[in-house]
Amino acid sequence: MATLGDETLEIRSSADIVMVRQAIRSRASELGFSLVDQTKLVTGASELARNTVEHGGGGRVRVEMLKDGNRTGLRMTFEDEGPGIPDTALALTDGYSTGTGLGLGLSGTRRLMNEFRIHSEAGKGTRIQVARWR
Amino acid sequence: MTPVANSRLPQLLEGRESHILDQWIKAQLAGPLSRRGMIPDSEVRDQSREFLGLLRHAVGKGSLDSMEGAAWQGVRDGLADISRSRSTQGFSASETATFVFSLKQPVFNALRDEYGADAAGLVDEIWKTNALLDKLGLYTTEVFQKSREEIILRQQEEMLELSTPVVKLWDGILALPMIGTLDSARTQVVMESLLQRIMETGAEVAIIDITGVPTVDTLVAQHLIKTITAARLMGADCIISGIRPQIAATIVHLGVDLSAVITKATLADAFAVALTRVGLVVRPGSARS
Amino acid sequence: MERIPILKMGELLLVSIQVDMHDQLALTLQDDLTTRIADTGAHGVLIDISTVEVVDSFIGRMIANIAAMAGVLDARTVLVGMQPAVAITLVELGLTLPGVRTALNVERGMALLQAEVRALAPDRRPGEGDGDAGR
Repeated sequence: MATLGDETLEIRSSADIVMVRQAIRSRASELGFSLVDQTKLVTGASELARNTVEHGGGGRVRVEMLKDGNRTGLRMTFEDEGPGIPDTALALTDGYSTGTGLGLGLSGTRRLMNEFRIHSEAGKGTRIQVARWR
Repeated sequence: MTPVANSRLPQLLEGRESHILDQWIKAQLAGPLSRRGMIPDSEVRDQSREFLGLLRHAVGKGSLDSMEGAAWQGVRDGLADISRSRSTQGFSASETATFVFSLKQPVFNALRDEYGADAAGLVDEIWKTNALLDKLGLYTTEVFQKSREEIILRQQEEMLELSTPVVKLWDGILALPMIGTLDSARTQVVMESLLQRIMETGAEVAIIDITGVPTVDTLVAQHLIKTITAARLMGADCIISGIRPQIAATIVHLGVDLSAVITKATLADAFAVALTRVGLVVRPGSARS
Repeated sequence: MERIPILKMGELLLVSIQVDMHDQLALTLQDDLTTRIADTGAHGVLIDISTVEVVDSFIGRMIANIAAMAGVLDARTVLVGMQPAVAITLVELGLTLPGVRTALNVERGMALLQAEVRALAPDRRPGEGDGDAGR
């Protein structure tokens, strides 16, 4: 697998969420994703970036543009050192909410991606890695 | 580079061409390809004769070490043609390469006759010829692979085109007649295509007709519902028509909730509903004489 | 402070979202609209998202909230112009915006709102207003 691009963006405030959206839009467009797939990537990134700010106390996202044989992909790894998610399985069920609205949006975001991996423990921060391929 | 003068292959092919050709054709016709009867004997004869002629020409003009030069263009093109046609006919890559490899024995036989007691010369010549024919055989395989890939790509495109016919029934009313088994990938393509057409034509109603769909599984039913929900978000209503009794049973059995969706038995019924929805009425016209 | 402009057209309020909104801007819009509905007694709100390329759960919630609050203030909301890619993504996210009326474009949306307003109060005459871009 080859890396065509690798950058890390800091996510500290809600203004950064917009910046992440625009960065992902750029990269996805460069990689030639269809409009629908671009929208899924950007929307998913927005959800996860917001989680990073609101639940993680701020963090970062690593954006990798990859090439694996015939397919190209965009991979995003969101990381924070926040309180973590005690029960990730529960968080991934539809309708899960921490009381602030429609919930963490994780289950919905998962449906937007080809790959979705989450690693989180109470008190130990959260890392969510997602990817789409074409 | 092997000077052509050092090899007797050119003279061999010149002088013994018909003999080599006969043996080669015999070998091919006795081989697995012919046994299957998938290629008419006449085609084998014509292709072999043509190829041997091209080979003789190339060997006479060009280098024996490399196939890249201009002298070998004819051979490359000829092999590419045969490879592509065999691929379309359904042969495997190795079966196709056999066309070239089965030429070895007749050529080696001719070389043995030519060199007589000159064992060293014979071995040398056989080695060079073997290497050459190997290269040609491998080239056949490469072309074969490429043409298979092209076929698959073209078929994919055709399938997508066939499966996404969105037709305009009237101003503001679209119909999507779905035919054949729906799978997840196809349904997604269709969904995007329908939504795109709704936006482009400003349609208010889209009729999804599934008369031609033999079975519906949970995934497909979910995709249909997603399409309808997405269309609704855009401001258009969807009607599903052509639900056959078996599919109705499957839908109920799967627990899919279609209560929010208008369903009609036939496309005609759905069209009538659509006309009402866009505020149109069909009236008899004045009689023609 | 940056705000999304709200146009008054007769009995209707029209909002056209044309920027990639950050969270604060969206919340401000929510507040502004609610205030404006109350101040003007508008009976219809039209939200045009035809140039919006991304609607995530935050914006989706904002739209649902606007519709709910407008409803409480006796105004109907119509969301117009959602792009196919956005619609597909929202459905995949699980956001179906129930209770929010939709139309394909501003023209249809206004026709829809005017028909409803007319149905609610036959003696009132909507759309006869100045149509100017008052603030």
